[in-house]
Amino acid sequence: MSESASANAPKPSSSVKLVLLGEAAVGKSSLVLRFVNDDFQENKEPTIGAAFLTQKCSLPTRTIKFEIWDTAGQERFASLAPMYYRNAQAALVVYDVTKPSSLTKAKHWVAELQRQASPGIVIALVGNKLDLTNDGGDVSEAAVAAQSESESAQEGEEGANEEDDAQDAVSGDARRVSTREATGYAEEEGLLFFETSAKTGTNVVDVFTAIANAIPESSLKTGRGTGAGTGQTSLGRSAEDSRVNLDDRNAATAKEGCAC
Amino acid sequence: MGTVTVQRGSGHLYPPRPNTLSLLNDETGSRAALQAEATTAISRTDIETQLPEASESAHSTLAVRALAQGPKAKASLGQLASARGSEAGDSASIRSSIPNGDSGDVESLFMDFAAIAPSSQRQEATGLLDFPEFAADDIDDDGILSEFEAVGELNEEDLLLQRWKAKRKHYVILSAAGKPIWTRHGDSGLISGYVGVIQTIISFYEEANDHLRGFSAGDTRFVVLTRGSLHLVAISRMMESDNQLRLQLEALYMQILSTLTLPSLTHLFSVRPSTDLSRPLQGSESLLSSLADSFTRGSPSTLLSALECLKIRKQHRQAINNALLKTKASSLLYGLLVAGGRLVSVVRPKKHSLHPGDLQLLFNMVFEADGVKAGGGESWIPVCLPGFNNSGYLYMYVSFLDIRDDIENSAEITKDESVAIVLISPDKEAFFEMQGMRDALVTQMEKNGSLKEIKTAIDNGRPTTTDIVPGTVLHHFLYKSRANVQFTMSSYAPEFSSVTRRRRLMSIYNNLHASIHAKNTHVKVHHCVSRSATSFGWVTPVFEFYCIAEPNTNRNALAQSASKIAQWVQREEERLFIIGGAVF
Repeated sequence: MSESASANAPKPSSSVKLVLLGEAAVGKSSLVLRFVNDDFQENKEPTIGAAFLTQKCSLPTRTIKFEIWDTAGQERFASLAPMYYRNAQAALVVYDVTKPSSLTKAKHWVAELQRQASPGIVIALVGNKLDLTNDGGDVSEAAVAAQSESESAQEGEEGANEEDDAQDAVSGDARRVSTREATGYAEEEGLLFFETSAKTGTNVVDVFTAIANAIPESSLKTGRGTGAGTGQTSLGRSAEDSRVNLDDRNAATAKEGCAC
Repeated sequence: MGTVTVQRGSGHLYPPRPNTLSLLNDETGSRAALQAEATTAISRTDIETQLPEASESAHSTLAVRALAQGPKAKASLGQLASARGSEAGDSASIRSSIPNGDSGDVESLFMDFAAIAPSSQRQEATGLLDFPEFAADDIDDDGILSEFEAVGELNEEDLLLQRWKAKRKHYVILSAAGKPIWTRHGDSGLISGYVGVIQTIISFYEEANDHLRGFSAGDTRFVVLTRGSLHLVAISRMMESDNQLRLQLEALYMQILSTLTLPSLTHLFSVRPSTDLSRPLQGSESLLSSLADSFTRGSPSTLLSALECLKIRKQHRQAINNALLKTKASSLLYGLLVAGGRLVSVVRPKKHSLHPGDLQLLFNMVFEADGVKAGGGESWIPVCLPGFNNSGYLYMYVSFLDIRDDIENSAEITKDESVAIVLISPDKEAFFEMQGMRDALVTQMEKNGSLKEIKTAIDNGRPTTTDIVPGTVLHHFLYKSRANVQFTMSSYAPEFSSVTRRRRLMSIYNNLHASIHAKNTHVKVHHCVSRSATSFGWVTPVFEFYCIAEPNTNRNALAQSASKIAQWVQREEERLFIIGGAVF
């Protein structure tokens, strides 16, 4: 059984629990819908409670199955958040590039995660609604802008960004949070950083791929070995999984077998 | 967040209720209480006298509707007038805001369901004045659809206000301190002036230790419901009865409780009476709006305070019940299988029946509001079911089933066709347990063919009246089984497919229902003839039956059809209704 399964699945596969946090209406659900269904809904109604979705992300050496908790951003649901980020291996903290207060809220979430989530959690800071800014139209430029700043900023591109900032001031650009400010913060806190548009799809898959790449191999092994178990003790996952695994043992061991 | 802990077998945590095995609790008790309360309502005949031409046909009105007309009611009108007069900016009175533009001449406003007749007859009927029942009757579909459109965010305030006033139905919720909390149309900026007026009127009565329950201005009816620190106001030009409007407001209040729970609502206002409740309610506005819109569209479920079930063979329902029982997770409280707002099956503890009001909130959240379905995945939602226990949250797992393999794009699945599994647990960490139950349940139902049966039942739809009684004069009927607190009805198609016609149909039912349930009446049979339709209501201890036929329908033919349908329902009872459900 184990052999045949490994033959069918050339790449090792592992589950990663990911949680989305952020102020209401910054576009968390839209990012997830873009990633999972490659779809976008204008004027989406607010999420109630939390939604659970899964999506596979294929890397050159392995496949990551994201188990995504898309939480509601409203204040009254905040007390439920620990349930979702407990034992999460990754978090997407989302803000709206046209709304400075949403970055403040995002910073609060980052601080809470650093204080209370698993120590090894990979956090990505994501500025969404790039389509409302002047650099929203050009996919590659936006991607370059985000990356160039988060990595080693080269002279020419730095210049380009300054130009962008200058442009923001004169044109009717809706951007109210500069890339520089957010990058600076992300670097300080050791976060992945992206600016995205769920509407156009800019950078959305890139965020999830970057997270998949950033999850340390070691944490994947333990995460998978103990099952989607320790990885997901919250929400009663451990109990449930031990039950499900009874039926599903073959498949589970097969996956493990090929991970080595 | 508080949680309801379930201790099976004890039940002391729950509000006391009869230890009944029935699936649903009848709420007619509370309704009767509502009706029995004193009212300051102006009678409907009073409204009619304000309409010059209407009195002529007043004799054909449902005279039983007339409620006591007291001096208080007069005072309330005067109060409104003076309040309006004092507000210089508000010179456009409510009455003058009747949108002559979009509904033609004044006469047409007072037509009732004449337009149910084919359009060729509609022309001829325009001049006729039946009783002023539903002002919106003569509008086209666009007219009623525009009722649900957003007022928008124009810079031109005049135009905004004009659009706002053109709405036939308004709901406004404000705090006792006068803070706007929610409004169906417009935003708090737009309505703040009106909220001030409403609050002034309400508090004028409160100072006199009196409770304002409703008043009229022209053909507009205002109904006020006060619950704790909240005032809920319905403003309707759709000729609904006070009781009907009050039931709608109750449902909106229940939605607020469902979001916040009663203790936290009480706490918020006891700590700070001037609390801005719109913040904690943020994100649930769409639930209130979709609930309100279902009332405006006309909801048999709300009118009858009952639920509709999917018609399915007894043995098939039994198979689903068994699958539910077999796969029941240990922390499950209620499990529901719902097809487009129609209950297919339910699993519940012996001690706890379900409350139609709670289910109405759940169905609204799952099927009417977009927040859950648009999420695209499985949902885990803290929800307070006020009928069950208004002090804590339960956790609801929702998953939509993909039973339509012939439709590729899930967006094409209409509301009536979507099937959801709803599993409710008191344990907030039980998501994966519920998910496991869902998977097992779906596997079971696939194996025993239940999913296919559900799909067939959905495809079959509701029967038309002529399917049941060939050649019948009836166009549509509603049948409520009192013991089961469930109802069944015939297909809206072909006569009532459009939103406008459905709304008109519901108006007739509203009138019929109000007449039969009017205070101090003990009517068993009510036959109402107008120039455009004949309606007939029949109430027994077992059922309530309402139906509509062509005008001038022979009374014997009507009664005959009615009794045939009642017989049919009794014959099909176990297919049409869930009797008992799966109990553990």
